[in-house]
Amino acid sequence: MIKASETVVDADAAHGGHGDGNATRTVRVRVLRQDVAGGESYWERHEVAYEPNMNVISVLQKIAASAKSQDGRRVAPVAWDCCCLEEVCGSCTMLINGRTRMACSSLVDRLMAEDGEEIELRPMSKFPVVRDLVVDRKRLFGGLEKVKAWVPVEGSYDLGPGPRISPEEQEDAYPLSTCMSCGCCVEACPQYTKVEVVRRDDETEAEFEKRRKAAFNAGFVGPHAVSQAMLFNAHPTGRMIADERMEALTRQGGIQMCGNAQNCVAVCPKSIPLTRSIARAGRAATVWAIKKLFDR
Amino acid sequence: MSQPSVLVIGGGLAGLAATMRLAELGVHVDLVSLVPVKRSHSVCAQGGINSVNALTRQQGDNEWKHLDDTVYGGDFLQHQPPVKEMTDWGPRVIDLMDRLGVPFNRTSEGFRDQRRFGGTLYKRTAFAGATTGQQLLYALDEQVRRREVEGLVKKWEFWDFLAPVLDESGRCRGAVCQDLVTMQFRSFPADAVVLATGGNGLIYGRSTMSMVCTGSAVSRAYQAGAWYGNGEFIQVHPTAIPGTDKLRLMSESARGEGGRVWVPRIPQDPRDPRSIPEADRYYFLEERYPKYGNLVPRDIATREIFDICTNEGLSVEKDRLSVYLDLTHIPRETLDRKLGGILEIYEKFQGVDPRDTPMKIFPAVHYSMGGLWVDYEKSATGGLVEGSLRNQQTNLPGLYAIGECDYQYHGANRLGANSLLSCIFSGLFVAPTLVNVCGRRVGDDTSRLFEAEVRRQEERHRELLSRTSGDENPYALHQELGNLMTRVATVVRRNDQLAPAYDDVCRMAERWKRCAVSDTGSWTNQNVVFTKALGDMFPIAKLILKGALLRDECRGAHFKPAFAMPGLVATEPEARRREAEQWCDAFAANTNKWLKSTIASCGPSGDPVISYQDVDTSLIPPRPRLYGLVGGDAIEEVWKERAAKAVGGKQAVGAGA
Ligand SMILES: Cc1cc2nc3c(=O)[nH]c(=O)nc-3n(C[C@H](O)[C@H](O)[C@H](O)COP(=O)(O)OP(=O)(O)OC[C@H]3O[C@@H](n4cnc5c(N)ncnc54)[C@H](O)[C@@H]3O)c2cc1C
Ligand code: SF4
Ligand code: SF4
Ligand code: FES
Repeated sequence: MIKASETVVDADAAHGGHGDGNATRTVRVRVLRQDVAGGESYWERHEVAYEPNMNVISVLQKIAASAKSQDGRRVAPVAWDCCCLEEVCGSCTMLINGRTRMACSSLVDRLMAEDGEEIELRPMSKFPVVRDLVVDRKRLFGGLEKVKAWVPVEGSYDLGPGPRISPEEQEDAYPLSTCMSCGCCVEACPQYTKVEVVRRDDETEAEFEKRRKAAFNAGFVGPHAVSQAMLFNAHPTGRMIADERMEALTRQGGIQMCGNAQNCVAVCPKSIPLTRSIARAGRAATVWAIKKLFDR
Repeated sequence: MSQPSVLVIGGGLAGLAATMRLAELGVHVDLVSLVPVKRSHSVCAQGGINSVNALTRQQGDNEWKHLDDTVYGGDFLQHQPPVKEMTDWGPRVIDLMDRLGVPFNRTSEGFRDQRRFGGTLYKRTAFAGATTGQQLLYALDEQVRRREVEGLVKKWEFWDFLAPVLDESGRCRGAVCQDLVTMQFRSFPADAVVLATGGNGLIYGRSTMSMVCTGSAVSRAYQAGAWYGNGEFIQVHPTAIPGTDKLRLMSESARGEGGRVWVPRIPQDPRDPRSIPEADRYYFLEERYPKYGNLVPRDIATREIFDICTNEGLSVEKDRLSVYLDLTHIPRETLDRKLGGILEIYEKFQGVDPRDTPMKIFPAVHYSMGGLWVDYEKSATGGLVEGSLRNQQTNLPGLYAIGECDYQYHGANRLGANSLLSCIFSGLFVAPTLVNVCGRRVGDDTSRLFEAEVRRQEERHRELLSRTSGDENPYALHQELGNLMTRVATVVRRNDQLAPAYDDVCRMAERWKRCAVSDTGSWTNQNVVFTKALGDMFPIAKLILKGALLRDECRGAHFKPAFAMPGLVATEPEARRREAEQWCDAFAANTNKWLKSTIASCGPSGDPVISYQDVDTSLIPPRPRLYGLVGGDAIEEVWKERAAKAVGGKQAVGAGA
């Protein structure tokens, strides 16, 4: 733990904007870098000028603009993903001071209060690193494919409004529907382990895609996908293919892999009730298994 | 390219709607996007989407009134047939999104709930919590994923559109794009190319838009010969949260749900806002615009907030301009249910709970009404001919534009919650057109054209990578451009600022050529991609400034005080009447002169060549926009008399016309 008093004094000076130390105050950052997919990783230190209300994205922007490491060497700017800067697109997930979270909503003041002097940035560990803090999260979307996370409408012709839905049902569905596929939950989940498939020289793009998909499917589908399956199984039209979703959820990589560690729900930036979805899926899986037994 | 195929650039609402419909109609789609489509900027839209609905109908609303509000709000600068088609489709679009599973808020009976948005008197806006754009986008993303599994759609995520490929006749035959991971170039031959690449807020440095909203794709099409319409019309949203990396939007829905804007009557009153008594609060929008109150159209709200801070010195803080947006009188439970998402944003990024403390907000660049010029074919009933090859087509045959990146629907000012509608509508509506384009495919071999374009792009890329010793920093230059544009081309515009700013931007464009890239690698090189996008901002910045400089009038978001038409001063009835007559004459003369779309085409070295086109106002004749103007009643009276007289005549109303 870091001396709280120090942080308080500094924050104060920053807000007033007239503290003497303010002009020279800096933020120190340690970034775990990797130049190419499959390459070696290494630590690099950076230092940027502090500004009030700064978040991790603005720190990275400053690093990109200066393109120098702390010891003044010219280095290539750190690569990272971001888009909306308001925690709604799910792009900017990384490990910040060891915790999986969104860079855009991670305020420097709070990180310093939490962890003191230096901010540590690492790429997510459950996905292959593309470069520096950029990871390849295709598998997350693969999970959505697997559980058929959509409403199976006939088409987009005008067939009138959708089903009537009570406010209670809407209030139940809406939080699940705000899942932005950021991947925080799977990063924290002990059952979701990294799958990295590298394309072979003798393989076509299509062959590679197929092999990769199979590898993804063998692994745990992830809490985000379980939750989406429950979202669509509760929708009056979505429910019409509920069986197909249960089939997917009870196959290899399905709900049975969840160890109920509940790490996922603790890190979801959108506070999605993942454990509720998982419990529902577990119950539904039991019912499904019995039903299948009788259908035979 | 064996089967018919369409290349869609951009997977926001517009691009996804088009892709979904095309796949459904059996056309193969290649969908290219800078970011995974689910992360497109459309997720940021908070407030809602407009359409006439069962409830408003019973209050006297109909599609025609939605059309009227849209063109009146847009100061009549948009062609009316496409708007009519859009507002006619409104109810169908919402029904469709409802069927796709969008969790719209519900009434106690289970129907969709609606709220009121700016620029209208009806509750036309359907919404899903405070993340309507995200919810709409996800519904379309899910449908597209479904088609992807079926093999009809191929996504190319983390790819950058670099240029359309045109044949000798000027027809667009596909495009060249770059993989942002491997940095490799690739040709995409297609029967048609659709740009759905959204807005260009990053030209202003910080805005309410996402980091991918550089406008690069549109600029590249423009530099290849596509026209750009109404560039000078940039919407500045009245209420955003000032921030160092982004100006985060505080949706109009905060006011739609009863939020009130005020400043302390005592400049920089040091008291806690909650302890300032009613008598010491100045609810300036409510006082100045009793009819619309806090929900006056955006351009007016923005100017009033700007005015109260800069001219009247009533900003809440001295060095950080802001006014209060107050929700504290609304029950917490209501706020959580209807505005939860946006209030969380404020709480998360400002560390203050807006349910307890009034928010501090200030205007920010938000939307580009202008965009690629597109065509349409008018139907006998005043709407559009579905499936016409001309709908949404740029001046380059085979190249189409939809969504925020076209100029077509919002005129001089967009009404809140109308953009999500125009994006989804234009995406759905362009699909049958594209099917028809595919039906008339041109069969000749285009491989040489593509090879040449790939070579050109490789050359440009190599040249950028070799600039390691330049003395300009692209990030610093971007900031400089943003500051300049924000200063001269937002809320208040003056020719003595615009003219020198144009020269400054020309100089910046030259300096860009000396930008050094700090990353010379050939793997996920974000540095060079940004530098490229920055280079492509200058041609658009120039056309915005040139268009604004030349347009000597006030219209919608384009406000030049030197050409404003002041309200009436006389109080004696006859004199007032005379003044109103003169006012109407002046208005009619101005309409004759300036009710025209600005068309920019890209000249040598990226300088715009500006021309003007008449606007189709055949459905609703232009009338003065009088929100809150002194003497507005008298003017309206005169105007109505003239309009009545002109009925049957083909001439525009007004003495001079
Ligand atoms: C904060 C905020 C709130 C808003 N709220 C509302 C609201 O409540 N109601 C309303 O009606 N409107 C609202 N708007 C406006 C509305 O959200 C946008 O106009 C709309 O979402 C634009 O959608 P689009 O499909 O045109 O483009 P976008 O969603 O911006 O998508 C653009 C796509 O193009 C891609 N792209 C861009 N450049 C390239 C390139 N060079 N190469 C490849 N791909 C590229 C991107 O990756 C992305 O997929 C809001 C806007 C903002 C900023
Ligand atoms: S509850 Fe299940 S899904 Fe969540 S972290 Fe634990 S194992 Fe993973
Ligand atoms: S469930 Fe939460 S943590 Fe997981 S992907 Fe969705 S938003 Fe992210
Ligand atoms: S940038 Fe979109 S969630 Fe952080």
